Amino acid sequence: MSARQKPEAIAGRVATPSGIEVPVVVTHDMAGAPDPALPGAYPFTRGIFADGYRGRPWTIRQYSGFGSAEESNQRYRFLLEQGQTGLSVALDLPTQCGYDPDHPMARPEVGKVGVSLFSLSEMETLFEGIDLGAISTSFTINGTAAIIYAMYLAAADKQGVPREKLTGTIQNDILKEYVARGTWIFPVRPSLRLIADSVLYSNEVTPRFNAISIAGAHVRDAGCTAVEEMAYTLANGLAYVDELIRRGGDVAKFARRLSFFFYVHMDLFEEACKFRAGRRLWARLLRERYGVTDEKALHFRFGVVCGGSSLIAAQPYNNIVRVAIENLAAVLGGAQSIFTCAYDEAFQIPTEFSAEIALRTQQIVQHESGVAATVDPLGGSYYVEWLTERMESGMREVMRDIDAYGGVVKAIEDGWLQRRIAVRAKEKKDATDRGERVVVGQNRYRRAAQADSYGEVFRLDPQIAARVREKHAGVKRRRDAARAAKALDALGAAAATDSENLMPLLVECCHAYATVGEMVERLKRCWGEFQEPVRL
Amino acid sequence: MSALAKPPLAGKRILVAKPGLDGHDAGAKVIALALRDAGAEVIYTGLRKSPEFIVRVALDEDVAAVGLSILSGSHQVLAGEVLDGLRAAGAGDIPVFVGGSIPPQDRAALLSAGVKGVFTNDTPLERMIDELARALA
Repeated sequence: MSARQKPEAIAGRVATPSGIEVPVVVTHDMAGAPDPALPGAYPFTRGIFADGYRGRPWTIRQYSGFGSAEESNQRYRFLLEQGQTGLSVALDLPTQCGYDPDHPMARPEVGKVGVSLFSLSEMETLFEGIDLGAISTSFTINGTAAIIYAMYLAAADKQGVPREKLTGTIQNDILKEYVARGTWIFPVRPSLRLIADSVLYSNEVTPRFNAISIAGAHVRDAGCTAVEEMAYTLANGLAYVDELIRRGGDVAKFARRLSFFFYVHMDLFEEACKFRAGRRLWARLLRERYGVTDEKALHFRFGVVCGGSSLIAAQPYNNIVRVAIENLAAVLGGAQSIFTCAYDEAFQIPTEFSAEIALRTQQIVQHESGVAATVDPLGGSYYVEWLTERMESGMREVMRDIDAYGGVVKAIEDGWLQRRIAVRAKEKKDATDRGERVVVGQNRYRRAAQADSYGEVFRLDPQIAARVREKHAGVKRRRDAARAAKALDALGAAAATDSENLMPLLVECCHAYATVGEMVERLKRCWGEFQEPVRL
Repeated sequence: MSALAKPPLAGKRILVAKPGLDGHDAGAKVIALALRDAGAEVIYTGLRKSPEFIVRVALDEDVAAVGLSILSGSHQVLAGEVLDGLRAAGAGDIPVFVGGSIPPQDRAALLSAGVKGVFTNDTPLERMIDELARALA
């Protein structure tokens, strides 16, 4: 390399993906004073625990699930045997959208992107031979989160595990579903009620369980920047806090169980600083707006996923390197749990081979890289402190825009937020097409005769959907029909009231082997369905 | 493009649709915006539409082309049902394009089922517009 080559030319760009212009060098007078607070002390810039990962390493939590409960149970046992420390359940789209496997809309999707959990029978099978009192389970579930949580409680009851021993997370973040992920069912207001029901119930019944994981990952993958990802997520978080307070919740208590979930993309420092900035901004917002002082309630606990849309189909093995860098960013940012995507994840359900590499990536970062030895090893770096501050003020600015519009619920009901994200996605695509955003192997360093193949292909057993439908019919045939009907009637009646907590009724429906589709149908009768604002 | 040149898809009415339960709509919206920039009149269905619904809208709105965005892995079935529906209604000449998460090895099967073109997220928008303009010329 010639000594005359300019740094810009080497880096290829001089702004972060969020558009923050990066100086050639950050000096001590630009950086501002680093936060003097120690890790574990407000505002937690350097982390929520005084001893970082030395006290407790992050949870390695790989997302998986496919086909029927039997197949997924096999994969879970494999992952646990390989040293995975938490389970993360992927559910199929019919379960996520509230359709039984025999519904016409469900037909081509049964068991496709996750496991079908149409009733308690499937939850029991899913965890056969796995002690629910000894593992922590995370469910990526939103529209039907309260139902799946009820089903998990019922499964624990069946195993004889006391409910207060249960640990895990349900995503249960409906607001971002309206904006990006699309598995909404009911209108916004009754959906918020269902979330408040499950969070308040969980605080009492399963005190170690996170009944909501407020997620930025999906809006990020839909195209917005790292700064916007955090800002939109914290805005949604505040909307849930307001709803829970309205329902009589004590913020100092329920805030202890709020958790968050984000994507990590490729810009190492921007991603690490996103978490440092978001962590202290959340603590500051809770203190400023609600006067929360309880330290644990101010803790910003989050899980992350490395990969997603940053994974590229072209030269797919390069994705292993990308995921390793993203994994590092997540650790430097202080994540509590991490999921690393397999290199083929953008296109298919990972094979056992690719899933193992993803798992080993985390183990290499954890045990070989040394980054977990001391808390917040980036703290005090001129650039990192400068960028953390810039990002925090950028986040506050985006949140002010939302407030100025009339709040996040209105912004979603009107489709305002959705349009903002679509425009961002288009900008990102245009920048990629023009080559301004470099994607190695795709728009730069592409070989003429490049075979974008990624070896072994995962194929689902094509008979799975038929088998799931058969089991579904069998469960409905064998169950105590009177008990199921009675439980569903009680659910419908309670939904018509304004504020009766629906959780105990949902748990009874699950015990009675009522199906997800039946429960959703009852609630739809009462609440109707969300009408998507389709404007571009 | 000069200010005087006619946009490549001027006067074309195009349906962008999301069949099935998949909720990832970033791609569909980017495509819709790009088609609109290229002069097309775009109708976007929104999420979770059945193949029957999509066929009906295509006929009612008399569209020149249909674009299906699918990221759930169900592209073969869903695209097939839309194609069958159009043929059954005597509108088999409306070209259908598919975009989304389509593994390279699935392309051939989609094309031989009658899909006119397959676009994934690494297809430059300009190339997609060109191909579409040629197909609709």
